[in-house]
Amino acid sequence: MKKKQLKTDNYKLCNIDQVKVDEILDKYPSNRKASAVIPLLHYVQKKSNGWLPVPEIERVAEMLDMPYMKVYEVASFYTMFNLKPIGKKLLQLCHTTPCWLRGSDQIEKSIFDTLKIKDGETTPDNMFTLMKVECLGACVNAPILQINDDYYEDLDYKSTKQLLNKIKTKKNIKPGSVIGRKSSEPYDKNGNINVTK
Amino acid sequence: MDELRNINIKIDGIEISVPQGSTVLQACEAAGVEIPRFCYHEKLSVAGNCRMCLVEMERAPKPIASCAMPASEGMVIKTSSEMVDKARKGVMEFLLINHPLDCPICDQGGECDLQDQALYFGKGETRFENSKRAVSDKNMGPLIKTTMTRCIHCTRCVRFANEVAGVEDLGATGRGENVEISTYLEKAVTSELSGNLVDLCPVGALTSKPYQFVARPWELTKTESVDVMDAIGSNIRIDSRDGKVLRILPKNNESINEEWISDKSRYAIDGLSKQRLDTPFIKIKNKLQKVSWDEAFEVINSKISKISSENCVGVVGNQVENEAIFAFKELFKKLNLNKILPFQKKLIFSNENRSNYLFNSKIKGLDKCDYLLLIGANPRVDSAILNARIRKNYIHRDLKISSISSQHFDLKFNYDYLGSDVKILNLILEGKNKISNDFKKANFPMIIIGDEVLQNDCSLDVQKVSISILKKFGGFNKKWNGFNILHNYASTVGAIDILSEYSDYNHSALKNDINNNLIKFVYLLNADDFDFDISSCFVIYQGHHGDKGAQLADVILPGAAYTEKDGSYTNLEGRLQYAQRATFPPGDAKEDWTILRALSEKLGKKLDFDNLLQLREKMFNSKKMLKFDENIYSSEPKIITKSDFKSSKLNYENKNFFMTCPISRCSSTMAECSQVKD
Repeated sequence: MKKKQLKTDNYKLCNIDQVKVDEILDKYPSNRKASAVIPLLHYVQKKSNGWLPVPEIERVAEMLDMPYMKVYEVASFYTMFNLKPIGKKLLQLCHTTPCWLRGSDQIEKSIFDTLKIKDGETTPDNMFTLMKVECLGACVNAPILQINDDYYEDLDYKSTKQLLNKIKTKKNIKPGSVIGRKSSEPYDKNGNINVTK
Repeated sequence: MDELRNINIKIDGIEISVPQGSTVLQACEAAGVEIPRFCYHEKLSVAGNCRMCLVEMERAPKPIASCAMPASEGMVIKTSSEMVDKARKGVMEFLLINHPLDCPICDQGGECDLQDQALYFGKGETRFENSKRAVSDKNMGPLIKTTMTRCIHCTRCVRFANEVAGVEDLGATGRGENVEISTYLEKAVTSELSGNLVDLCPVGALTSKPYQFVARPWELTKTESVDVMDAIGSNIRIDSRDGKVLRILPKNNESINEEWISDKSRYAIDGLSKQRLDTPFIKIKNKLQKVSWDEAFEVINSKISKISSENCVGVVGNQVENEAIFAFKELFKKLNLNKILPFQKKLIFSNENRSNYLFNSKIKGLDKCDYLLLIGANPRVDSAILNARIRKNYIHRDLKISSISSQHFDLKFNYDYLGSDVKILNLILEGKNKISNDFKKANFPMIIIGDEVLQNDCSLDVQKVSISILKKFGGFNKKWNGFNILHNYASTVGAIDILSEYSDYNHSALKNDINNNLIKFVYLLNADDFDFDISSCFVIYQGHHGDKGAQLADVILPGAAYTEKDGSYTNLEGRLQYAQRATFPPGDAKEDWTILRALSEKLGKKLDFDNLLQLREKMFNSKKMLKFDENIYSSEPKIITKSDFKSSKLNYENKNFFMTCPISRCSSTMAECSQVKD
């Protein structure tokens, strides 16, 4: 186990919707309740600011009649469960080969220059957390930065900076390609998108 | 297993036939071929994650993990081919990538699977040039020392904790390179069997904390013996050096403890060197003074000659070997004294028939039984090994268990709690309770009666009704006897065996005598757990520790602890087992039967045996004690009582598993353990 996470004594459990929980549980046979552990952890993580404090893990364990340790094993195995607090915006930067070839290093640099955070770090105002992740499966629009649930595509140093500054100043941002591609249609050297007729 | 077909398989050219369901590894074992392994353990589920047991299978493109591959008809296995050799070398190299080369400072050194197998099957060198990973050590309580960098993630400990011990706190967190074995939030392992994790660990990741940096295995003298911390009679190996017991390990005995022993059996040994009585004492002016054996005997002689037989009582302790009990009885016989208490607590059962007070289904019967009713028993505290055995059946065969006890104990398995009133037994007998159906369906029903019942006035009533229930639902036949008494102490059965024909003195009679001021002279044979007031009597204490008995004593005769004498113990099944001497008693202390023999001579009533063999010959005259056959079930017990259930509520007695005898009370390791519990 990593470091102690937080004082669990006066932790207030997050609000979860029992209807939603039952909906998840109903998908599995009642004598195989433990199968619901991953969907439930995902749901609870979403409700508790994007990470899983120990009491939340224990709550899931109790819902499923599983030993705490078993749920903790699952939560610690999958990288998409966060066992440490994260900022309001989770930046997941893909650095697998296609994104890397298309300049993910530049994006990492841009994030560092704008927010002064490296892989795994959170800004002091708890706004941003950067996580370098493996392939996000959108190589055609590489490089990719996932911010919470949305993909931002075709980024470069400048556009990343603009994107982050927009979030900082609470301006609206549009998910998807930042150069205006609708999907993965080709574009030329000047950035003109050629939609084949 | 009879109905299963055998399958034929060829291993290294040897044709062999193994039962269906065996794995390739088991088949290899049967053919006498040793397969190296780390994660595979025959008492645990198959994990298949160490890859050390790779063998070549004909027509398979790559080596197979023999521990997880079921053997099938016509398989051809090669275990010494080039492919296997290369595979083993490769696996070994991988395992050693992150394993530190700290064998010289590792407690496992000399008895380490990884060390041995690296020598026999490894490459001898590594191509890995990067840094090894380091893992922070975990806190697993006062018994287990962790050096997690050495861990090779075989998960034997995790599987043991989950499957055998029933504590689900252990697990592997993280993934890939970051996997770590840990307890949940680094809490101590709260199991009575946690010491077995140390034995299971094939490397030096989990080692024994009390034994750390004490000795190397090749320096130790190994003595096979029997444990006396509970009535199970677990087989143990005592490792000693320079006259000191350094550690105790389990010895495999499928009929009793399998491969496990409880933490008390294993770790109470530091109590053996504390508070020992090493010379005779007599009390002069309320102060104990060291004297010679002769002087001590002289005091007893002068006292005993003035005392009439009804004023004198002998009390047998909880960990006395049969030989000493027998010599004790013979001495009392010679002196014409007939008040001997076979055990210190109030335990009510009838001793007419041997099956009245034994664990008739045998410990092995727990694997066979298909319905279990516990009455007033908390096997987890009273005999942790037995509890693990029940759990084994519960896990593997879905054994249905019900319990009537003062509290809903946490026994590490689920059971049907029927409350604390034993009158429910009458309803079960009449078929008016749902439990009756469970009994009806069962072929091998079992009732275990624990000391909450035995200490209660309703004891005989409960036993009688239990017998009737078993009788009604087929609990007694040639192949089964489902009536079981769960004893807590190593010497109880032996004492009843030896004393029942001589004296029927019991606890309540003694209490009566004490109330009537009849008792003037008390001889405590290793008795420290009595609950009666003998402060006004003349007390002889013969034993090995300065505990409760010695505090009250007017004369102290220093005896030997269980590791310091040859002796036999009868366990709760009625099985006679011999313990061997591993070390010598400290100072002037002597083996207990020799003290009694010497005393008898001094008193002018010489006992007629001069050595242990003669004593045993006399002791076994009655043959009763030798009568034990695991496969023969004794006839049904008979109990005569009015069965009016004067009392029927079971009372809770707070017991500390870790401190039940003078040795464990003196042990600082056990003290630490009981603090963790709290």
